[in-house]
Amino acid sequence: MNALQRSLMRLRGFLRKETLQIRRDFSSIALALVMPVVLLFLFGFGVSLDVQNVPIAVVLDDPGAEARDLARRFALSNYFDPIRVHTLDEAKQLLDRRTVDAIVYVQSDFSQRLARNAETPVQIIVNGTDANQAQLVQGYTLGVLNLWSGQRAARGLPAQPPAVTIQPRIWFNDAVNSTHFLVPGLVALVMTLIGVLLTALVIAREWERGTMEAILVTPLRVGEIMVGKLLPYFVLGMMGLGLSVGLGRVVFGVPFRGSFSVYLLLSTLFLLASLGLGLFISAAARVQFVAAQASIIAGFLPAFFLSGLLFDLESTPWPIQAISHVIPARYFVSASHTMFLAGDVWSVLGWDALALGVMALVLIGLARSRLGQRLEG
Amino acid sequence: MAPTLVRIGTLVIKEFLAILKDPKSRIVVIGPPIIQFFVFGYAATFDLNNVRYAVLDEDHSVESRELLSRFQGSPTFRLVGQLDSDREIGGLIDRHGARLVLHIPQTFSRDLHAGRPAQVQVIVDGRNSNVASVALGYANAIVARYNADRVRTFAGRAPTAAGPTLQLVGRAWFNSNLQSRWFIISALGGLIAMIVVLLLSSLSVSREREFGTFDQLLVAPFRSGEILLAKALPPMACGMFDALLLAAAAVLWFGLPFRGSLLALVVALSVFICCVVGVGLFISSLSATMQQSLLGSFIFIMPNVILSGFTTPIANMPRWLQWGT
Repeated sequence: MNALQRSLMRLRGFLRKETLQIRRDFSSIALALVMPVVLLFLFGFGVSLDVQNVPIAVVLDDPGAEARDLARRFALSNYFDPIRVHTLDEAKQLLDRRTVDAIVYVQSDFSQRLARNAETPVQIIVNGTDANQAQLVQGYTLGVLNLWSGQRAARGLPAQPPAVTIQPRIWFNDAVNSTHFLVPGLVALVMTLIGVLLTALVIAREWERGTMEAILVTPLRVGEIMVGKLLPYFVLGMMGLGLSVGLGRVVFGVPFRGSFSVYLLLSTLFLLASLGLGLFISAAARVQFVAAQASIIAGFLPAFFLSGLLFDLESTPWPIQAISHVIPARYFVSASHTMFLAGDVWSVLGWDALALGVMALVLIGLARSRLGQRLEG
Repeated sequence: MAPTLVRIGTLVIKEFLAILKDPKSRIVVIGPPIIQFFVFGYAATFDLNNVRYAVLDEDHSVESRELLSRFQGSPTFRLVGQLDSDREIGGLIDRHGARLVLHIPQTFSRDLHAGRPAQVQVIVDGRNSNVASVALGYANAIVARYNADRVRTFAGRAPTAAGPTLQLVGRAWFNSNLQSRWFIISALGGLIAMIVVLLLSSLSVSREREFGTFDQLLVAPFRSGEILLAKALPPMACGMFDALLLAAAAVLWFGLPFRGSLLALVVALSVFICCVVGVGLFISSLSATMQQSLLGSFIFIMPNVILSGFTTPIANMPRWLQWGT
């Protein structure tokens, strides 16, 4: 029997032990299989950055037919859910109580000004607490006004269409469906949870209970221990990936425009980087409590906040952008968005793959050296 | 009464020691919440800055330059290149070279002079749907202002002074500069405190259970209510400390206005933290190992982050989920 065969035999036994350990603790499998489903459903149904059915109060100080016609236009739009209010004070109270998110105020000289062909202001007061929504509501209101004046023009009434109009074309996601944007990013979150959190915890537990010492005195080499520890979680992570992608496509109808084999390669690199981080945390912390906190702080939260999964990275100040460059999830989220929505764009994917590969190497190397130190110490 | 208090007092001290004596866990309770608050406080924003855009001007007229200069003057947009043909657009957007391309067709100034509506094509990278729609909103606002100014300059002699123009006068209350950072930071402190409290409380019982020291506690002369209270107090104190610290940081560092009373905040926070501790201890009592209780906490944290309206409007959710919150 040569060295390789002996090594493989040792590895097989060790892998069997690890697999049994996962199978007998239901919570690992739950994290790998239940978490993606929970996350996808929560994000898919619970999170929508699109603005729809915004409750607004419409105040008409001008009882004329034209003002009423404009109010009807708001009712027809599916962005708004208007209620008619008689006075501006009443509407302000509603805004204070958060019953409505915006007030559209048509002044008493509305029809007069229209008749005089003058500039006719329509006021909108939005609740700015949620700035993102406020911004969009203002944009949609402008859209309703433009639509209304376009219709007036079509009926032969005097109306001046805006001199310049924008013809928007939104590539990769023409319906601006935010689910299509969120699901690809979620895959990164699911894999981070499995790769960093679960791995760090399970291995820290072995340290805490002293069973790691028992493994270290067996004839297993450090490399073999690492492969044996990481392979089961790698498989779990890949299962989570498959589940998220499948659910995203089937339940939420997210397109997938790239090629699966490239995606598989990229996710392998990302998962390796995550596993390396998880292993490093557990070897450095050795205590479950600390490992749990550290993996949330170093794994989960950056993957949520600094990856571009929800918040746009390019709008953040440069120190934050600089930090985000060392977060593996950032590259995977970028690659994931591109692969799902745009296709195989090599100029994006190539750099992402390179960065992920380097990080995987560095993190696994760090974990290995940390594990090696502990062997002697 | 007195012996009960003494017993609770000793247990509380023991719990505090358990958290604070280990240097690693001491750091975990105090350091990260502060770092997280600042990093995520800056990262968590839906506002757009520096949207990189490129221009394809096929018209090269005074009018097109006038419109483009308005984009250049806007702090939201940053010009990264001039294109020469529409074939370049595809590649540029594909490789993240620019997120928005303004395409002004040859007929732009001719249409304007003839009084026909002139069109500008705006091509947006939709991979981040939120950036796409907000950037389009900004572009629309710039064009609307351009139109309004044009009407004013040409009033009376423009060939199309055929009718009134509608104008939108917008005002935002409570957050007049529309900074989404304010919206998110005001909730971020509570969120981080929640994670700290939940982890501390849910892990405390299961850790003792895993080490077997929980049995020792049970045979000691403590009533179960006293153990519960002693387990609940230290996480609450830590959470309260974190939450107030972060609230102070929000006001002092990020310059958030604080328009309510401090007392109301403290009361709201204590009720909130009490609830979280309750959930944490409940999870803790159900699970035999720390791994299980961590998993349980996560299942509680995720819906909380998502469904609390922290990052996204509750009003956008389907009706049944809105009730669920």
